[in-house]
Amino acid sequence: MTAIATDTQMRLLIIEDDRESADYLVKAFREVGYVADLAGDGEEGLALAEGGDYDVLVVDRMLPKRDGLSLIGALREKGNRTPVLILSALGQVDDRIKGLRAGGDDYLPKPYSFAELLARIEVLSRRRGGPAEDTTYRVGDLELDRLSHRVMRGKEELTLQPREFRLLEYLMKHAGQVVTRTMLLENVWDYHFDPQTNVIDVHISRLRSKIDKGFERPLLHTIRGAGYMIRDGIR
Amino acid sequence: MTAFGKLIRTTAFRLTLVYLFLFALFAAFLLGFFAWNTRHLITEQITTTVNAETGEISDIFGRRGLRGLVLTIENRALRPGANLYLVTTPAGQAIAGNVGSLAPGVMATTGWSETAYRRLDEQDSSNHFALVRVTELPSGFRLLIGRDLEERRRLFGIVAKAAQFSLLVVIVLGLGGGIFVARRVLRRIDAMTGTTQRIMAGDLSGRLPVGRSGDELDRLAGNLNAMLERIEALMMGLKEVSDNIAHDLKTPLTRLRNRAEEALAKSRTEPEYRSALERTIEESDGLIRTFNALLMIARAESGQARGNMDDFDAADVARGIHELYEPLAEDDGMTLRVKVERAPIHANRELISQALANLVENAIKYGKPESTVQPLAPTAETDRKEILIEAKRVGDRVLLSVTDRGPGIPVADRKHAVERFVRLEASRTQPGSGLGLSLASAVATLHGGDLRLDDAHPGLIATLAIPALSGGSDRLAAQTQDMPQKAA
Repeated sequence: MTAIATDTQMRLLIIEDDRESADYLVKAFREVGYVADLAGDGEEGLALAEGGDYDVLVVDRMLPKRDGLSLIGALREKGNRTPVLILSALGQVDDRIKGLRAGGDDYLPKPYSFAELLARIEVLSRRRGGPAEDTTYRVGDLELDRLSHRVMRGKEELTLQPREFRLLEYLMKHAGQVVTRTMLLENVWDYHFDPQTNVIDVHISRLRSKIDKGFERPLLHTIRGAGYMIRDGIR
Repeated sequence: MTAFGKLIRTTAFRLTLVYLFLFALFAAFLLGFFAWNTRHLITEQITTTVNAETGEISDIFGRRGLRGLVLTIENRALRPGANLYLVTTPAGQAIAGNVGSLAPGVMATTGWSETAYRRLDEQDSSNHFALVRVTELPSGFRLLIGRDLEERRRLFGIVAKAAQFSLLVVIVLGLGGGIFVARRVLRRIDAMTGTTQRIMAGDLSGRLPVGRSGDELDRLAGNLNAMLERIEALMMGLKEVSDNIAHDLKTPLTRLRNRAEEALAKSRTEPEYRSALERTIEESDGLIRTFNALLMIARAESGQARGNMDDFDAADVARGIHELYEPLAEDDGMTLRVKVERAPIHANRELISQALANLVENAIKYGKPESTVQPLAPTAETDRKEILIEAKRVGDRVLLSVTDRGPGIPVADRKHAVERFVRLEASRTQPGSGLGLSLASAVATLHGGDLRLDDAHPGLIATLAIPALSGGSDRLAAQTQDMPQKAA
């Protein structure tokens, strides 16, 4: 749905022992045009991950034969730096910290929405490098200078609050990718709980009123059922 | 196991046996020492007198000859309580003395010996024992002087009797004492066992009997009772939670199911299906949130989250939450303000943030001034719509509070409001899981503090009171100075 076809197809390895959820994931990823391989246990997963050239590994924590965290540890020890997204029913803050310490790059507690998983995988993937480390991000006529903290839309300079700046920076770093509310809360605010209110939406609408209001072409889009995306309309 | 078998298996009883043995050994040693010393003393006394008399009589023999000797012996032998005397010729014929018979061969060797003897004047045949010294006088006569050992024997008799008696006393007293102590302990242990068995059978309200003596068993019982108290509270909590979960999770699940059924039965067009499915996802997202909140509360309550604690300034958390919620409050027509001073704590930052976020969300949701009620005092309208986040240190506590100007919570409901899934009348119409205050309270408890709900006249002050970080406050100084820029 939101995946943007790239020159080379995204290759995923899903290591998950529950057959039904694994099949669902493989099918869903194939529908958005990804190549998705499947491993049913930790050992098989490790062998496949070492052998294949994957963009992202999706690893369940509790696996037969070898658990997810030890699998990641073994991979990292051998110098394999493929981004890993950990999927787990253990969703508390300390589980998350444990997962990331073990070498995971992102952590998504079950149950998750596929839109969230997809958005995170896109952000993790190496293929979609984009402007990650540039000092200036550009989307359409919007320009953000990471060094001087100046934001220009066309010829007009925009005044942003520090948090608005960081919000925009994160969105522009992942321009063209869906960014979910949880991702924003985690990466811009560094909170890992889900608020019961639409607190992120309010921040987005403030930002939107600053960067899009009065301009002909809106750049900050709401992706229904998933999150937000900043991109130049045509692309 | 019989009652007696149980008794003799008690530690108290076994200890008694050990002490019994030790005391018996001690008594035996004491008596033995006494007997041996006395015997030594008696023997020494006999030897001294006999030696003296031997010298004296040899002297008489030397001066007055055989006749003087015999006269002296006969004379001395007749005194009451006299020593033993015997004079024999070189041929072995007794010529004077008070000894009737002797063990054979005694007279043949000179020097000290112990021998059986009988006095001349004694008719009975029972033998007595004596310690005797045989001396050869010049011209082949032999002189025997000795002393009866009856005294020594009697002494030994007394000692032996004393030994028997004291042993008996030790055994009787020891066993009696042991049984008494063992039974006392056993009775109390049996009472404890009975209670624990009742508890194991499911009656968690049972408590161990605690005596008034304050001894080790009482202290143990006291501690076990405290443990039982905690277990019971946890079990009650668990039961309450499962009851609440049954109710509060089944309700949305039922709604979910009904909607799906309705969609299956009635929907005709794709948009209809789509909207039914969207609502289904919304509902299940709500369920997931409730689940997560419950798990988090459970984890905070069980103390598992103690691992990820750092030293940080609570003012930092207050500013962060203010920054996150300020636009939301403004959209709702309220003003969110923050007022902080340095308040160092050692805590799980994520949990503290979430607890404070919950309090702020509550204030935004329920803290609106009641429009129908006219303010008693003419307060400015802006004040009435203000929510204040405060972080400060008071004594050894750090207080993180959220004050709103809404209707507040009646005193009677405050305790209740913290419980899981409790949604007070005023809030029933608002969306929410009813877990916000429970989580905040569990987080406060995890950190050794508490959640306080007070009247703000008007409004509600919800305060997380957490033990302040002592000593390590200097480490935070540098961080705190950075803060104003970060939260500006």
